[in-house]
Amino acid sequence: MTVANAPVLVSGVVQAEPGRHPVTEPAGTTRRGRFGGLAKYLGLAPFAVYVLIFLGVPTVLAVATGFFTEDGAFTLDNIAGLADPVVLATFASSFWVSAITAIVGSVVGALVCYALLGTRAGGTLRSLIDSASSVLAQFGGVMLAFAFIAAIGGQSLLTLWLKNTLGFDIYADGVWLYQPAGLLVVYTYFQVPLMIITFLPALEGLKSQWAEANATLGGTRFTYWTRIAFPVLAPSFFGSLLLLFANAFSSYATAAALVSQGSPIVPLQIRAALVSETVLGRENMAGALALGMVVVMVVVMWGYSVLQARTSRWQK
Amino acid sequence: MTKNAVRIGTEPNPVVRWVILGVVGVVFAFPILAMIEFTFRDGLSGAHTLDHWTGLVSEDAARTYRNLFTAIGNSLLLAVVTVAIVLVVLLPTMILVHLQFPRLKRVLEFVCIIPITVPAIVLVVGLAPVYAVVVRVFGGSIWTLAFAYGITVLPYAYRAIQSNLDAVDVVTLSEAGRTLSADWGRVLWFVLLPNLKRGVLAASFISVAVVLGEFTIASLLNRVNLQTALLQVGQSDPYVAIIFALLALLLAFLLLLSIGRLGRPRRSGSGS
Amino acid sequence: MTLTAPTRTMSAEPGSGATVELRGVVKNYGAMQALSGIDLVMRPGEFVALLGPSGCGKTTALRALSGLETIDSGSILIDGVDVAAVPTNKRDIGMVFQSYSLFPHMTVVENVEFGLRMRRVAKADRRERATEALEMVGLGAHGERFAHQLSGGQQQRVALARALVTRPRVLLLDEPLSALDAKVRVQLREEIRRITRDLGITTVFVTHDQEEALAVADRVAVMRAGRIEQIGAPQELYATPANPFVADFVGLTSRIPGEVVDGRIVVHGIALPLLGDALPDGPAVALIRPEDVALAAAGDADAIEATVVESSFLGSLRRTSFQLEGGSLLSVQHDVGDHPQVGERAYLRLKRNAVAASVVTSEKSAI
Repeated sequence: MTVANAPVLVSGVVQAEPGRHPVTEPAGTTRRGRFGGLAKYLGLAPFAVYVLIFLGVPTVLAVATGFFTEDGAFTLDNIAGLADPVVLATFASSFWVSAITAIVGSVVGALVCYALLGTRAGGTLRSLIDSASSVLAQFGGVMLAFAFIAAIGGQSLLTLWLKNTLGFDIYADGVWLYQPAGLLVVYTYFQVPLMIITFLPALEGLKSQWAEANATLGGTRFTYWTRIAFPVLAPSFFGSLLLLFANAFSSYATAAALVSQGSPIVPLQIRAALVSETVLGRENMAGALALGMVVVMVVVMWGYSVLQARTSRWQK
Repeated sequence: MTKNAVRIGTEPNPVVRWVILGVVGVVFAFPILAMIEFTFRDGLSGAHTLDHWTGLVSEDAARTYRNLFTAIGNSLLLAVVTVAIVLVVLLPTMILVHLQFPRLKRVLEFVCIIPITVPAIVLVVGLAPVYAVVVRVFGGSIWTLAFAYGITVLPYAYRAIQSNLDAVDVVTLSEAGRTLSADWGRVLWFVLLPNLKRGVLAASFISVAVVLGEFTIASLLNRVNLQTALLQVGQSDPYVAIIFALLALLLAFLLLLSIGRLGRPRRSGSGS
Repeated sequence: MTLTAPTRTMSAEPGSGATVELRGVVKNYGAMQALSGIDLVMRPGEFVALLGPSGCGKTTALRALSGLETIDSGSILIDGVDVAAVPTNKRDIGMVFQSYSLFPHMTVVENVEFGLRMRRVAKADRRERATEALEMVGLGAHGERFAHQLSGGQQQRVALARALVTRPRVLLLDEPLSALDAKVRVQLREEIRRITRDLGITTVFVTHDQEEALAVADRVAVMRAGRIEQIGAPQELYATPANPFVADFVGLTSRIPGEVVDGRIVVHGIALPLLGDALPDGPAVALIRPEDVALAAAGDADAIEATVVESSFLGSLRRTSFQLEGGSLLSVQHDVGDHPQVGERAYLRLKRNAVAASVVTSEKSAI
């Protein structure tokens, strides 16, 4: 008797013969026939309905509105609008900000993970860094913007100190903090912790036997890292890098709080399309932009899952 | 023994280790420290004062910061409802799939990963029409936003619960319970849930942390939560805004720290 | 199949193992002493098994030999040279781990030629030697596979080929068969023995399975709590264990309470010669092997009365457990022709072989 058959079996048996111990009944789901089979799936219904309404429908609506005008007629105008130089520039901007912060984040994060090798998994240092990374990876939007304005904004201690003591005005060419360049610095603040969270398990998956075998076979630390550890970690590293890219590309709140002028990246463009009444303020344009974003995200996440599969094969 | 690990390459040189951690630690602590310093500033004069902090517990505080306190209440309510959704909808489904529909496990995993691919900013474009209907059915109160939040926390809650499910052999435990003549209700309550405490608590804490930090959906659906209120307050009284941002961060940090402690195996004196 | 092509290595000539010596090796982990002064001398080409329960220090001793653990005092000599200060990668040893040691991102043949690559052997040359090593372990056709595509037994063969291809002076095996199925284990241990004998490599083999150790080794060192209790040829350990721990660990024994009188132990009225150190007169526990007891008839002289508790059929013989007066259990090995029934009364005769014994302390016997 398998667990899978048990509930149907028990409910059938208990109704028919309350005296018999259900475990000793021979397996037989045919009692309930086809109806019994479908009833099994009823348990999945609440979740399925919930996800359908709040994830499925919005997603479909989000990408589909791009194909319709405000009056409901089918059109490709919105999609064509994506070729607008302003929009393309926005995508390019998003791309560069995401790529650079992903690369910086993954390199710095990997270094921190390397520095954590050998520390005890439940120990104080580790717990602190794990929790701090979890919080900072989530630390977005408004609070992060405030933090950086306080840290390196126009009136911050650091800026004033640099200007008055060292004569170095970091904002001499304009206040870059509130432009895409500022996003580079600010995004890295949550990219590095995200990398630590994602990559540390992979680094811990390095088996000590590999390093020991390398040593017994005459290899050095250098050969261990270059011939064994890096190649084994590569899929995981690049997978995490893609995840960081996706994370930056889809970030909205931080940019919304920091960037006061214009909509230099895609998520801000979506906001502009949703709320403003300028020429580009066609609500359905938001749908087209959303579609564009989803396409990018699907490609990136597909790459991520391929690399994850490779990782798990090697680190069983 | 550690010296040897350094020699063969499994561990970094202690000097290297502490240099990296030290530099990164200082760089990352800096904005937080700057925030803290900021809350003690007395305007532009350069002096420092406790006024901003004490102002919070003064008699006018409730009145002056009414909106902010309402917003905090909203966020806390949303956190509770979101956790309820996770526990009442997601958890049973995950257990059910794990026990009865192993082939659907990949599907479930895929569904729970979708919110990463379809980020909040995209989701919210399609949520507005859905919420128009929701408001008609449930009324316009703030807690209905939790429906959307339940989706946002899916990837995190799923991973937390799933790693617990994988670590504890749920199938064997439930079979053992069944052969000892417990019905499914009792198996769930007496056998499975006690062993899933770790994952459930982790999922709950992470959900709370995510909900407290959520801005995108609330903002673009014109609702008031902690983050939208902080942005608004920040324009007129940056000091209070930053104080509350720090407090929210601290709360999230403590929650996530306790998840880490939960994950530690019970001290049984075994170690080989 | 043996390796036929001549080889060029940086170590000693092919086929000549090194002498290995451990002198007074001590290793502490904080307050715990893992090795309390190990002395061991191995001849070239000898196959020694380190046998003992978990925690006895056998793996620590092996790792100290390899350099993966440092020692606190004593010396480790390979071919007369103290290697304590020599790092692992310069000791010219081969090591096979219990599991997971193959590099997952390299093919089997790339794994095997890794050691040659570290020694800067030219590409064509090392490919050829790696392939020969693979053929030596019977996996010549699997060169292009990856570790996760092989079974446990095949992986360990690859690990063996990888460790041997560089012709190391010493081969170290850390419980290489413990993670494998029973049948594969038996097969592989014989192959390991054959290969190391053909190559003449000095080999140290760690295991907790006494049957395995007795089956393959030239000499077995039984270890407990960081010390070598006894070292000798397998037959020696079995027939003349130095103390009760060794007697109990190697082969099966039954414990029967008795009394030491005048240098012999008296068990149920029968006096038996004692092995090992003389014991003072007084209560003691006798350790008796199953093959040293025979079934007897009711009227026989020196017959001991017993009740059958259970009987197991082992193919070529039977092993039956009997309960004696006083409650102790005696295991007896006998012909399959005799078929004692559970609960039956029977009679046993102790053959006059030497037995190991230990003194009964107030809590438990000092094993």
